[in-house]
Amino acid sequence: MEKGKFIKMALTGNEAYAYAMKQINPDVVAAYPITPATEIVQIFSKYVADGLVDTEFVPVESEHSALSACVGASVAGARVMTGTSSQGLALMHEILYIAAGLRLPIVMAVVNRALSAPINIHGDQSDTMGSRDSGWIQVYTENADEAYHSVIMAIKIAETVNLPAMVMLDGFIISHEMEVVNTLPDEAVREFIGDRKPLYNLFDFDNPITVGPLDLQDYYFEHKRQQMEAMFNAKKVIPEIVKEYNEKFGTDIPAFVEPYRLEDAEYAVVAMSSAAGTMKEVIDAWRERGEKVGLLRLRITRPFPYEELRKYLGGLKAVGVMDRAESHSTQGGPMLQEIKAALYDLETRPKVTGFVFGLGGRDFDDEQANKILEMVKELKDGKELPLYSFIGVRE
Amino acid sequence: MQRLNLKQLAERSQGFAPGHRACAGCAFPSIIRMLLAAGADYNLVIANATGCMEVVTTIMPYSAWPVPWVHNAFENAAATIGGIEKAYKALVKKGKIKETGKPVKFVAIGGDGGTYDIGFQALSGAIERGHDFLYVLYDNEGYMNTGIQRSSATPMYAHTTTSPSGKVIPGKQQPRKDLTKIIAMHRPKYAAQGSPAFWNDLVKKFQKGLEVEGPAFIAVLSTCPPGWGTPENISIELTKLAVETRFWPLYEYEDGYWKVNYKPRKFVPVEEFLKPQGRFKHILKRPELIKQIQDEIEKNWEELLWLESRKPKEE
Ligand SMILES: Cc1ncc(C[n+]2csc(CCOP(=O)(O)OP(=O)(O)O)c2C)c(N)n1
Ligand code: SF4
Ligand SMILES: [Mg+2]
Repeated sequence: MEKGKFIKMALTGNEAYAYAMKQINPDVVAAYPITPATEIVQIFSKYVADGLVDTEFVPVESEHSALSACVGASVAGARVMTGTSSQGLALMHEILYIAAGLRLPIVMAVVNRALSAPINIHGDQSDTMGSRDSGWIQVYTENADEAYHSVIMAIKIAETVNLPAMVMLDGFIISHEMEVVNTLPDEAVREFIGDRKPLYNLFDFDNPITVGPLDLQDYYFEHKRQQMEAMFNAKKVIPEIVKEYNEKFGTDIPAFVEPYRLEDAEYAVVAMSSAAGTMKEVIDAWRERGEKVGLLRLRITRPFPYEELRKYLGGLKAVGVMDRAESHSTQGGPMLQEIKAALYDLETRPKVTGFVFGLGGRDFDDEQANKILEMVKELKDGKELPLYSFIGVRE
Repeated sequence: MQRLNLKQLAERSQGFAPGHRACAGCAFPSIIRMLLAAGADYNLVIANATGCMEVVTTIMPYSAWPVPWVHNAFENAAATIGGIEKAYKALVKKGKIKETGKPVKFVAIGGDGGTYDIGFQALSGAIERGHDFLYVLYDNEGYMNTGIQRSSATPMYAHTTTSPSGKVIPGKQQPRKDLTKIIAMHRPKYAAQGSPAFWNDLVKKFQKGLEVEGPAFIAVLSTCPPGWGTPENISIELTKLAVETRFWPLYEYEDGYWKVNYKPRKFVPVEEFLKPQGRFKHILKRPELIKQIQDEIEKNWEELLWLESRKPKEE
């Protein structure tokens, strides 16, 4: 493919996911429907039915079995993908850890949706924030185009470090909105990802192996330590693969974080996913008024990019961290806590406050964005602010 | 299908290694050996649910398994083997691996907890989807690995640590779930119930279960001395008594028809099966409770004979 010569397609987020999966042509896909990710399995089933992929599709009876079948298939050496959202991800919780602990490079397309109760089908990030410590690489994308490219890159990243990876996009806001996606030709995708090279062959019957034995006090810790080594390795590998991809195809996708108008900024917000898109526009307006404000979009949360966060945020006077999820700790959203921890032992560090917004798919609009920027500016100017605030809620 | 004698069975059991940590008198190592012997014509891949068998046979860095073996979790052996089976198909189809030597067969193994209870949904789904696999249930009638708790396979009035025989309540209050029949009603290619004491019958069932293409299910009664409160040296005898008393009838379901494989000439009262077992000690002097168990057996037996009476129409 000639660099930058994309095939432009009008796709929703879900269609972009499914299309990337078609081009990846995994060996096995096991999945279960859930709003707002249902279309991924629907579209993919149609690809299977029309013979456009030669994937073995397993229409399981639950998400627990979806990921369990993925684990079996991945142990067997297959390239494996699935997709889900919210309750489905929660039901997979047990097996998320097993997939990571067995070092299986499964790639999952997640559409972020609020968790019950109360039941709600719209976008927030409580589902994947609840899977933070499961050992998966976790990528939050801003729009359908980025989600498309990220899923393709995730295959290569996961298979390089032997860890599973989940790629996220915001439910409905992105999953159901149509955008122009710069797609690659099939061959370019297949050439980039190559074939999976499994670490062992389950079907070597002359040298049979045992996978998933009981691992007690005398070995478990070493295995967990090795698993962490893979995550440390992911920190090195991810920027390399993202760079390779951008250079090859002419995309411009950031690795861990995307700094936006931070060059001479005095204060900034940290935002993720589609909210970052909204925030960028509002920041442009503030910039026009001469405000020295910027944004850091957090794109990958596992491994956690604390060096990058320290680099971009360390010199600022004030930072506001936006969380589209609660931690229920009373100490603020999950990213607020992790970012504060990342900045803690800097010689000089910004004042930090947090914002929980958009739960259950509550629209994040300019008014809320302005409110957040005003508060972070006040923090910069010396005003005391609470640990964190709820934005856009009726109190 | 080759009929195997005892010597051939011993030769064919493919070296299921000694040194595993199953208790003395545990019945499942014998069951595994018979499965491996029956499977010697194939290359087996096994997915094992969490439970005693998984725990005692694979303590890192050791493994007793002479065939590829995968443990995922407690409730998902059927989903796991389904994934492995599909992966094999896909990899062969795409030319990424070659089919060589013996045909590959996929086997899932679970205890009663991992099968009747927590893994029931995954098993039901895997059979409905028609995966090509044999599911082997070793039924020791309780959650033994976690210290002998009741499962829906625990027989009525058995004492377990969560259905204890107390001053008021005499052990488990409910009869067993009739899992083999429930599975048969999924209309798999093959379903059967076997007992290690009837090794000839059991090996033949394993051979059939492996031979068919599509889902097959075999439930095998498996004695657990600590869980059942029995001496270690009568484990296999007990699985014989279970059949002679018709507590655990031997039967098959094939192509929609039922066959009772063994009809005891003389019906042994269930008391003979209960007597050696500590878990029933508290009811041995309560004939009215034993009668309830016996009545349950008669009812099930009658039903089984009725099912068997429906024969394929002559062409
Ligand atoms: C989700 C989950 N719940 C509970 C357990 C704890 N647990 C492990 S094995 C087991 C019981 C196993 O019983 P069964 O399947 O009958 O096998 P057995 O040990 O009797 O051979 C339980 C409750 C677990 N590992 N996973
Ligand atoms: S507790 Fe029972 S089932 Fe478990 S190994 Fe011992 S005898 Fe076998
Ligand atoms: Mg059991």
